[in-house]
Order: sequence, then structure tokens, then C-alpha cells
Amino acid sequence: MNPARLWAMARKEAIQLRRDPRSLAMAFLLPVALLLFFGYAISYDINNIELAVLDGSNSERSRALVDAFESSGYFDIIERPARYDDADDLLQSGKVRVVLVIPPSFDRDLSAGREAAIQLLLDGSDANTATIAQNYAAAIIIRYSSDVLLKARRFVLPVQAETRVWYNETLESRNMIVPGLVAVIMSIIAAMLTALTIAREWERGSMEQLAATPVHRLEVVIGKLLPYVGIGLFDVALAIVAGLLIFGVPLRGNILLLTGLTLLFLIGALSFGMFISAAVKSQVLASQFAVISTFLPAILLSGFIFSISTMPVALQVITYAVPARYYVSVTKGIFLKGVGPGVLWVQGLAMIIFAAAGLTLAIRSFRKELE
Amino acid sequence: MSVISPVRVRQLLKKELRQIFRDPRMQRIVFIAPVIQLVAFGYAVNTDIKNTKTFVIDHDGSAASRELLEVVEATGYFRIVGRSQRPADLVRALDYGKAEVGIEIPAAFSEDLASGRGARVQVILDGTNSNTATVAQGYLASIVQGYALDRAAAAGAFPGGGVDARIRAWYNPDLESRTYNVPGVIGTLILLMSLLLTSLSVVREREMGTLDQLAVSPLSAAELMLGKTVPTALVAFIDLFLVIALAILWFHIPMRGSFLDLLPAAVLYILCGLAFGLLISSISRTQQEAFMTMFFVLMPAIILSGFFYPISSMPEVFQWITVLNPLRHFLEIVRAIFLKGAGIADLWFQYAALTVMAIGATWLAIVRFRHSMMI
Repeated sequence: MNPARLWAMARKEAIQLRRDPRSLAMAFLLPVALLLFFGYAISYDINNIELAVLDGSNSERSRALVDAFESSGYFDIIERPARYDDADDLLQSGKVRVVLVIPPSFDRDLSAGREAAIQLLLDGSDANTATIAQNYAAAIIIRYSSDVLLKARRFVLPVQAETRVWYNETLESRNMIVPGLVAVIMSIIAAMLTALTIAREWERGSMEQLAATPVHRLEVVIGKLLPYVGIGLFDVALAIVAGLLIFGVPLRGNILLLTGLTLLFLIGALSFGMFISAAVKSQVLASQFAVISTFLPAILLSGFIFSISTMPVALQVITYAVPARYYVSVTKGIFLKGVGPGVLWVQGLAMIIFAAAGLTLAIRSFRKELE
Repeated sequence: MSVISPVRVRQLLKKELRQIFRDPRMQRIVFIAPVIQLVAFGYAVNTDIKNTKTFVIDHDGSAASRELLEVVEATGYFRIVGRSQRPADLVRALDYGKAEVGIEIPAAFSEDLASGRGARVQVILDGTNSNTATVAQGYLASIVQGYALDRAAAAGAFPGGGVDARIRAWYNPDLESRTYNVPGVIGTLILLMSLLLTSLSVVREREMGTLDQLAVSPLSAAELMLGKTVPTALVAFIDLFLVIALAILWFHIPMRGSFLDLLPAAVLYILCGLAFGLLISSISRTQQEAFMTMFFVLMPAIILSGFFYPISSMPEVFQWITVLNPLRHFLEIVRAIFLKGAGIADLWFQYAALTVMAIGATWLAIVRFRHSMMI
């Protein structure tokens, strides 16, 4: 490998990038734009769940229970239907997600020391929200219930759970989303940046010129890669600054470790894109392969949204082949947990393997011979 | 107004279809990839909290503490993956991600319980995945409190009573998250396919210089547009049938409504995807640019569709933005027809929104496409 030729290759690619200013602008600004957009838009914090209350008892005790729902902040009472059938309509039309039904006998049962049954109807067609709503409601009811019992009996509850949350004390979902999102966006952008580079040369016919120049394919691949590594590092830096300054996400770990692992990740992801490009030689096909192999896997199989431990074992095995999985652990680990190389060496090792495999594949599949 | 000649359109379609499928790799990618993706992602999209990895520090080691842990594990929500006497091990387990929940039972647990002073257990959650943490926190609090009440009742502290909540989930009684999420994957895959195939179609011809040839040919702009979109529409429809069949037969997603109510929505939705793709293709100068623009459209469409994050929890501005998202409306339609057995009448708003967007996007695409043919 000759440094001068390598440099010349990198310069040539940089000049070509400059000639497509709109793509270049997107390469620099897309990640931070998406991060800002999603950072504000998305949240796991479920509140203001639409609730309908059918209070058949209308007693002091039933009103106290309804108040407990309202003051929890999780529920918004938007309807008070008079009949049970109306509750059905409200759920069907999607106007409310939860219906709380308190029977007329509620107060009587409680006074008599009998168990008072209440009913909670959930719209299960949105299972995610329903599960969380169910949880909130159950907690409110159980607290109310023990309050009633304890008041009557002047009794201490035998066991109480004290909960502490680590790494993200307030369970702020933004803290969790932003580091993961940086990783997911970069996984996709990296493959998009390089997936078309070599295919483009084939389609435009400039591959013949490249074939006629005395450069080794190692120099072509690495030289082409360099400008994109630069863009990728800039993107991550900008995204991190935005995460820290705008969203106030804590950075508890070492920024040098993050930079080093990011570099490894970028080399792997960018060379994988280049491998696709060199292997299929068509921009349309390369774009398809790049999207299919990185886009949805990075979102769905990286542990960013869906927990890997709940997937079937066969699918868990597949996630080991998704580089985004390791990078998501790295960004979450360094940002929120503040862990160091002692914990992240596994991810580091996996990323070294990916970088080596990606580079090897890209260099191997790059052919200068014309057909 | 340009004319459409059936003969010329047929010839053009032949050319386009041949161009798309000349490469056998293309056939595989457009028909087999969606099937594989639905199967894989159908298993991935699971937000049920089951078998959450739990690490236990039991300083007490009494019959009472073991009983509490058994109750916790018997619910199926938590699986104890490790036990230790040293709190440092819990720190390690959470740092390495080997456990997501920690339960620490103090040495005085059984003593406090017996004396009636009230015992405490400590629950520690990994907040880096706040979705799981929130749900796990609620479950654990309910389990512990339920255990406490049972014990109190058993000890004769009070004769039962209290409030019992009977919770029923309609439309999806087991609250199976897959039932809810698989329709999301269907919508995403179809949008992906229709955007991806069209967004490079025109710009490729431009980059290769063949767009000029087409421009000087007797083909009208309308005919060319049909030629570019009809093959993709065919592919998108075949894919849609494949993935819906798979969702019903493989994942057993209940189909309570009528397929006939779904069909118009599918037509409108695919039309939106094709028109947006064509629009991107017409305004881009290079395939690279079109590719990145497509991603810039696709990613917000997926994230702001209500697939992963409930729209009602977004800030109000973003809730309004989602009204312009065809995926949001298509998802609501698919879920309502599949799970609630709803019909077009129940879903008039979503249908109206999709219709407006399909017309608007097609109009924009036609204007831009004509413009791009002239330069």
C-alpha cells in the first residue's frame, strides 16, 4: 500500500462527493436533523390515557377511587357514560382506551367488609398502551384498597417494596431513546453512504478509468472509505453534542472510549456498504440490499425498541450478526451506565471482528477487471 | 393533456418489467425478502414483559423470603437468573446487562415480618430501557403488595375485603403485543417496497442519460408515469397479499373484519407510496440523493406512525404532523379491521385522510414528473 496513491484515491472520492452538494449536505445534516426531530417527538412515557368512568355507586368512597385515578396524572377522564352499553361504543370508536366500571353495590360491600368488585375494560387492540394502562390502574386500585383496609384496622402493611431505578433515575425515556437513536441512525446512514459508491462507478463507466490506473484494490477501497469515515465521525460528534446540550442526556462514561468504538463501528458499517456496492454493481440493487440488510434490522433487532431477551432463541442468535446491536449497547452503556472497557470489551471485540470482516469482504469483492 | 395509447403503454410496461426483473437477484429481493422479513420481525416485535431477567440478593435466606421470591417467579413475569449474598454482584449483573431487575431482601426481613413492624424489600431497575422498567416496576409493586395483603389476611389481621379489580382487555384478551405489532410490520414493509422501487426509477434514467431518449420518444408523460409506477404497484400488491396471508396463517393474527374493507385502503396507501417515490425521483439529480431523501421520508413515517410510540403521548405539534403520515392512517385501518372487525364507516376519517393524501401526492408527482421530462 502506497500512502501517496491512497491519499490520491481519498481526494478523488472527496472531490466527487463535493460535486453532488445536495447528497453531501444530507450526509452531514440528516443524522442530527432526525435526532432532533425524534428526540422531541417520541416518548415511552404514557400519560393522559383516555378514561371513561361509569360510577354506579356515586358514593364518597367511589368518588375517592375516581379521584385517585384522576390525580395520578396517568389518566384523563373524558367521558362519564350513564349506561354500560355506552361504554362499549366508546371503546369501539376508540374515543377512550380504558373504562372503569364501579357497581352500585360498591359502597355497601366495603362497609360490610366484603370484597367490592370493580371492572376495568381495556382496549386491547393497542396492546402496548393497554399493558401499561393496566399496570397503572392495578397499582392505583391496590393502593386504594390497602388504604381502605388499613384505615379500618389501623394496621401496618407487612411488606413494602421500595423501588430504585439505576442509570436513568427518573425513568426519563428521552435519556434512553437518544443514545440508542444515535446508534440506529448511524447504522443506517453508514451503509447508505457507501452502498452506491462502487456501483456508481460501474454504471457511469468511470470504472474503466479506475481499472486503467495503477492502484491496488486495497488502496481503492481504503481510499474511498476515508472521506466517509470523516463524515461519519462528524455526524456522531454533532449528534452527541446535540444530545448533551439540547436534550441534557448525561454522558457518564469516557468520551475517548466512545470515539474509539464509534470509529471501529463506522469502519465496519461503511465497508459493509462498500461490499454490497462492489458485489452487486447496480445502484438500484445495492440500495435494496442496503436497506434490507441494515434498515429494519437496526430498528427492530438491535434491542433499541424491542428487548432482545424476549425474542425466540433462534432470533436472538440472529441479533448477534446485527452490528447495531453492539453499538446500541455501547452508546447506552457509555452515556447512561458510565461503564468502561472492563464491561464493553465484548462489544469492542465484536466490532473489531465486523470491521475486519467488512474490510476483507469489500476488498475481495472489488474487481478491477472489466467484463 | 397527454394521450394514453393502450398499445404504447403495453410495450412500455413490457420494457419496464423486463428492466426490473432482468436480474434474478431482483426477483428474489422483491418477493422473498418481504416474506423473510415479516417472519423474522414478527417474532422480534414483542413488548410483552415475560421472563424479565432478575438478580436476587437475599440477605435473610429465611422461609419467608424464599416464599416471596417464589411468588414473584410464579407470575411468569420474572425469571431469577442469579443469586448472591454480595451487593457488588448485583451491580455487576446490571452493568453487564445480565439482569434487568434486582431484588434485595434485607437481613431483618423475616424478623420484621414476624414482629409486625413491616418489612421492606428493595427493588432495583435498569432504567436504560425505561419501557421494560416502567412495566416491571408496576408488576413487582402489585405482586409484593398482593403478597403482603395475603399474608395479613392469613394472619387474621382482617377478614379479607378490599377492592378486587377484574380487568378485561377487549379485542385482544391476552394483550398479546404481537397481534398488535405484526400489522405495523405489514404497513412498514409495503411502504418500504413501494418507495424504494420508485424513488430510483426516474433518476436512474436521468443519470444514465436514457431519460432524454424517452423524452424525445412519442411517449406522453402520462404513459411514462404509468410505465414507471404500474410494475411497482403490481409488486407492492403481490407483496401485500403475501404478507397478509402470512400474518393470518403463520402468526394467527385474527381477521375479524372484511378483506373488502381493507382493499380500498391498500390501494390508496400504495398509491401514496408510489407517488412519494416518484416525486423523490423527479426532484433528485443523482441516485445517491434520491436514496438519502427516501430514507429521510421513510424513517419519520415509521417512527411517527404509532407503530412503536403511542401518538397520544407525543407533543401536540407532532400529533398534528402525524395526520400527514399515510402509514399512521393505514396502520389504524389495518389494526381496526383485523382486531376490532371495524368497517369503512367506522374508519371514515382515516379513509378520507388517505384519499386526500393519495390525490395530493399523485398531483404533485405528476407536476414534478412533467417538469423533469422537460429539462
